[in-house]
Amino acid sequence: MSETLLEVRDLSVEFRSSRGITRAVQNVSWSVAPGETLAILGESGSGKSVSANAVMGLIDSPPGHITSGTAMYGGRDLLQLSGAQRRGINGKSISMIFQDPLAHLNPVYPVGWQIEETLRIHGVSSGEARKRALELLEQVKLPNARQRLGDYPHQFSGGQRQRIMIAMAVALRPDLLIADEPTTALDVTVQARILDLLKELQRESGMGMVLITHDLGVVAQVADRVVVMKDGQVVEGGAVGDVFRRPAHPYTRKLLSAVPGQEPFRHVEQKPEVLVEAKGLVKEYLLASNPFKVGATPTTRALDDVSFKLHAGETLGIVGESGSGKTTLARTLLRLTQPTAGEIAYKGTNVFSLRGRALREFRRKLQVVFQDPTASLNPRMSIHEIVSEPWAIHAGVLPRAEWRAGVEDLLVQVGLKPEHADRYPHQFSGGQRQRIAIARALALQPEIILCDEAVSALDVSVQAQVIALLKELQKKHGLAYIFIAHDLPLVRDFADRVLVMCKGKLVEEGTTEEIFARPKDPYTVELINASPHPDPERLDRHEIA
Amino acid sequence: MNSAVLPGEAARRRPRPTKWAMLALLRRDKFALAAAVFLVVVVLAALVGPPLLGGIGIDMDLMARNAPPFEPDRGFWHILGSDALGRPILARIIIAARPTLLIAAAAVLLSMVVGVLLGLIAGYKGGIVGDVIMRLTDIVMSFPSLLLALVVLYIFGPAITNVIIVLAITRVPVYLRTTRAEVLEIRSRMFVVAAEVTGASVFRTVSRHILPMVVPTIATLMTIEFAFVMLAEASLSFLGLGVQAPDFTWGVMVAEGRSYLATAWWLSFWPGVFIALVTMSLNLLSNWLRIATDPVQRWRLEREVASDE
Repeated sequence: MSETLLEVRDLSVEFRSSRGITRAVQNVSWSVAPGETLAILGESGSGKSVSANAVMGLIDSPPGHITSGTAMYGGRDLLQLSGAQRRGINGKSISMIFQDPLAHLNPVYPVGWQIEETLRIHGVSSGEARKRALELLEQVKLPNARQRLGDYPHQFSGGQRQRIMIAMAVALRPDLLIADEPTTALDVTVQARILDLLKELQRESGMGMVLITHDLGVVAQVADRVVVMKDGQVVEGGAVGDVFRRPAHPYTRKLLSAVPGQEPFRHVEQKPEVLVEAKGLVKEYLLASNPFKVGATPTTRALDDVSFKLHAGETLGIVGESGSGKTTLARTLLRLTQPTAGEIAYKGTNVFSLRGRALREFRRKLQVVFQDPTASLNPRMSIHEIVSEPWAIHAGVLPRAEWRAGVEDLLVQVGLKPEHADRYPHQFSGGQRQRIAIARALALQPEIILCDEAVSALDVSVQAQVIALLKELQKKHGLAYIFIAHDLPLVRDFADRVLVMCKGKLVEEGTTEEIFARPKDPYTVELINASPHPDPERLDRHEIA
Repeated sequence: MNSAVLPGEAARRRPRPTKWAMLALLRRDKFALAAAVFLVVVVLAALVGPPLLGGIGIDMDLMARNAPPFEPDRGFWHILGSDALGRPILARIIIAARPTLLIAAAAVLLSMVVGVLLGLIAGYKGGIVGDVIMRLTDIVMSFPSLLLALVVLYIFGPAITNVIIVLAITRVPVYLRTTRAEVLEIRSRMFVVAAEVTGASVFRTVSRHILPMVVPTIATLMTIEFAFVMLAEASLSFLGLGVQAPDFTWGVMVAEGRSYLATAWWLSFWPGVFIALVTMSLNLLSNWLRIATDPVQRWRLEREVASDE
């Protein structure tokens, strides 16, 4: 394409603080043409959002300083605009959508009003704005748009909120839409629909699109061209097909090989010993009801007759989208909530009848690694205190004199250094923090580790490292994992057996190969198809179909 | 991994700071250091001042009635002026420091201990116990605190211990509600759940994971309450139900100077300045303490140390 809409050239941004200068991006150049989708791909800390923020004038200064570069749009340099000129362009010609739509919608106004406001600010009359707002909501395929204009943001699901954000962003028919991780917080099936919607809007209006993402699957699915960023620099750029088929830079190759879902299915002989058996688990929650109404309080079933077995030494994957009940299942397994009906047996005894010593023994044998390692480590405790805490709780496992050596040994096992014991959680990266959480889980030599979305918050390459660590520890200690995830390719690589959950029910159960190669339930099929795949070949087939 | 971009490379290798390291951290914060020095001086004056002063500050000198400040001819003690009976204000401030600080500190500590304890129970256990605690708090809060104090002190007599207890009771809800709100939020954090899942006892979960997160807020609250309690005690004394003559406090001095505000402002001004200075010093110190005990924030104080290495 000869024509360019926006051209960013040699952009450098640095953040100055008393601790020194951080060069967020250095000499970054990219451009986007009308009707084209450019993906900026990078892991966290790569500076992928910074250049787009600079274009939108969203860099706070100080501490941010744009030290070099231009962003030419319609013959003007966007980096040199005054506040008034900026307001004329932002929203009207270039608009932006963000990862978390709930944070960017005002909770106290109806969504219809908020869309109208966008229009009114730019000089559309009130009546006209109302009509356009409805049209827009219909355009982004919000169900029952007419009735829902007066609803508030919290009354919509995550995917619907993102649709509303998109409606606001395209309200003034911009030339360029910048989407910063627009689908990261969404379920795969919802993600697929939102990406389809963006593509469709683009086809209709011919706008250019800049998609900032960490997900190679998303890039393969929607982008025409891609620039790969690492440590603030563009390491590679080109047409998506070329980059994915023949990655030139070692970092791109590493990213592509780290994508889960490429390995052969695991075949592990099942041991006969059953560690955990869940029978007919039901968990009901009371819904808010009208206190003046006679009759039973309405309830919702978060778990609906869930039964399964966990054998010694196996990895059981539990997959489902948000609201499928997988978190409730995890909480019930951990004995954090009481099920309404059904029971969980650990080696034949119902865990809800355990008291005192027996309960502590059960707690010792079942450990957990949570999704967000930042939240699951006490920020005021040193790594030594965190990892040794299980020994303080379970007296007699390890004498106090050996804690120091024990902690150091665990840290080495999870790939950290012994001297890390004296540091605090905030001094580590996300992947390192998750390793610390794993070290804590290992301290009591458990039989089962429950991983609740344990790698979902991590970058692809870090994800691969943590999964490799979990596999290695499994081999060494004969651990059984319950691996709860929404990311199917990850489960495909790691699990021996898979349970698929939907709306509190177990819809399918089988070995990983059965689930992925021969799925029976229509929901499983939808889930597998919606999962973006970083393979342009597959994409081509998808588009033909 | 990407250790180069993390803050305070040199500082992070240091384990939990010892007493000496904490003192070094105090030196880094000039304001906090000045505040600490001021508080030490005030406390020392309160401890050793009155016996050393002897009759100065108590004996009347009718020649110096309402003498204005900064007249060196009258002698050092009259530097801040004299009160309506010609007694030097500086000396009286030193004499009043002991009862003032004693009452305020005792009342603040008592209400803090009771409030935080009940707040932890109400926040962590909840249920019926929590509800009962909260409704009792509501009752104390909705009852005018001065009226409550008047009734209690009228019945039991205006002794210093009674004043402390009454002031403490009326301030308990502040700590209770703050603590409860923080606990409700912290107890649902993942690291607390992680401890519970590991099998930690309630005592351990609360003391190791929840309480340390609440302490900074409570410390800041205490410094603000300190000033409030000093003034509340002054109101009670003004009404004749607080500290009884011949004892007096800074609050009493402020109250006594009220009738001379138009002609001799220094009577109320200087004790008021001391109330403000003590409160501000405590506030600065608690702010420093909050940063110094928070591993995430500590680098702000360690920065200069790190650059020396």
